[in-house]
Amino acid sequence: MSKKVSALDMPDVPMGQLPEHLNRQRTRVTCNADAPIHTDAVHYSGAYSLMGVDNSMGLEKFSKNFKVEIVRLSEDEIEFDMIGIDASLANAFRRILIAEIPTMAIEKVLMVNNTSLIADEVLSHRLGLIPLDADPRLFEYLSENDVPNERNTIVYKLEVSCKKDSPRNTVKTNQLKWLPNGSELEMATLDKSAKVKSYTSFSCSQDSLPEISKKPLGVKHDDIIIAKLGPGQAIELEAHAVKGIGKVHAKWSPVASAWYRMLPEVVLLTEVKGQDAEKLVNKCPVNVFDIEDLGHGDKKAIVANPRACTLCRECIRGVNEELVELGRVKHHFIFTIESTGALSPEELFIEAVKILEEKCDRLLSELS
Amino acid sequence: MEHGSLSDLSASTFSLMDEDHTLANSVRFTLNQEDNFSCHFKLILAFNCGHKTNFPLTYCLCSPRVVFCGYSIPHPSDNKVNIRVQTTGDPAKEVLKDALENLTRMCQHVRSTFGKTVDDFKVKNQ
Repeated sequence: MSKKVSALDMPDVPMGQLPEHLNRQRTRVTCNADAPIHTDAVHYSGAYSLMGVDNSMGLEKFSKNFKVEIVRLSEDEIEFDMIGIDASLANAFRRILIAEIPTMAIEKVLMVNNTSLIADEVLSHRLGLIPLDADPRLFEYLSENDVPNERNTIVYKLEVSCKKDSPRNTVKTNQLKWLPNGSELEMATLDKSAKVKSYTSFSCSQDSLPEISKKPLGVKHDDIIIAKLGPGQAIELEAHAVKGIGKVHAKWSPVASAWYRMLPEVVLLTEVKGQDAEKLVNKCPVNVFDIEDLGHGDKKAIVANPRACTLCRECIRGVNEELVELGRVKHHFIFTIESTGALSPEELFIEAVKILEEKCDRLLSELS
Repeated sequence: MEHGSLSDLSASTFSLMDEDHTLANSVRFTLNQEDNFSCHFKLILAFNCGHKTNFPLTYCLCSPRVVFCGYSIPHPSDNKVNIRVQTTGDPAKEVLKDALENLTRMCQHVRSTFGKTVDDFKVKNQ
């Protein structure tokens, strides 16, 4: 009669470690033909405590295992890998990048003359969406009761016209002039003797401020079409740009977009040789598989570039036997950030992390 | 802001204004990692089978402080988040504060690692 042994003490179950299939469930999302499974993260630190396995990803473990690898970095775009971080943090950074990093964008437009075919509000909407080359960290927010001054407003002027008997011309963003001394328009007052007030009260020229004088405040791209004018039409307006966040209006979002994907994992379950190998390699539209010559005309399929896999599932579609298993690695994120120009992409990510820290601090101070 | 019983401080709901999934999901993650010191110890067993075998067993005794944690957004139009924390004895406020401090430290670590990696990359690809 065999002695009863606890399942946890069986010789082939390693003590202190998770069995293979549970570890796979914990660290990989398995992408089956119809839907992915095991998508939930097992967060709880005591989830496997009965088996003696510590599932915690606390600060010490996190600091030891966290890695960042940069794949490419340019003026406008960055692609990097974050390994060892949880989906909740990666998503928090993505949400902050899109909606909560402040930028400068045109908010108020004072129309003096608009005889073009584009309606006032449509023209103002277009002006608001133009990306400005202004570092938002040098400016303060402008609230309802504040006076617009050199610390919270940037003033631009657009004065274009198309002469009669000349062909149609296009108004591009390079014709938006920056006014470092503030608004040139005067507010109408009934009292003729009172001092003339302008719409902004700049106490000094923005040119003279040390940080701004290094680089003039303009638009990021010179060739964005704002409007088109026919003969005899003119546009004269003044636009005031203020600081805001993407949550309020998408014009204030600093990223063209920011997204992440988990690292794809492609595993060949059996050896695929000869004709089948050729068929498998040809099925994949992004060349994840490749042929390896074994000599004597023998060929074998290998996984050459799993990172390129878009999980289109062509390799497992309509196949009778399972050759390939697709999955995603849970704690490995491939982040891509495309900036619209005000801040460089690596600065944007650092600002996003800072904003998450500020949220925690705010909550901590509320709780204490 | 904190809704709970005055006699039992280990379970309460924290109602946050002007917050959404961004902070709430991250705090839920760090709350799940909260535990009282983990102490590892190795047991060396000698098997009684003719020859002595050293069989080190590592037991990880982490006692989690959190029994239940979760968040919900009562209505998407309101900017409110309710975070529920139930602990194994410690006051829920303390556990939440520790979780927030851990989250802050994790963010600082992310920031410094990322900054260092970017600088190394820039130097390498002059």
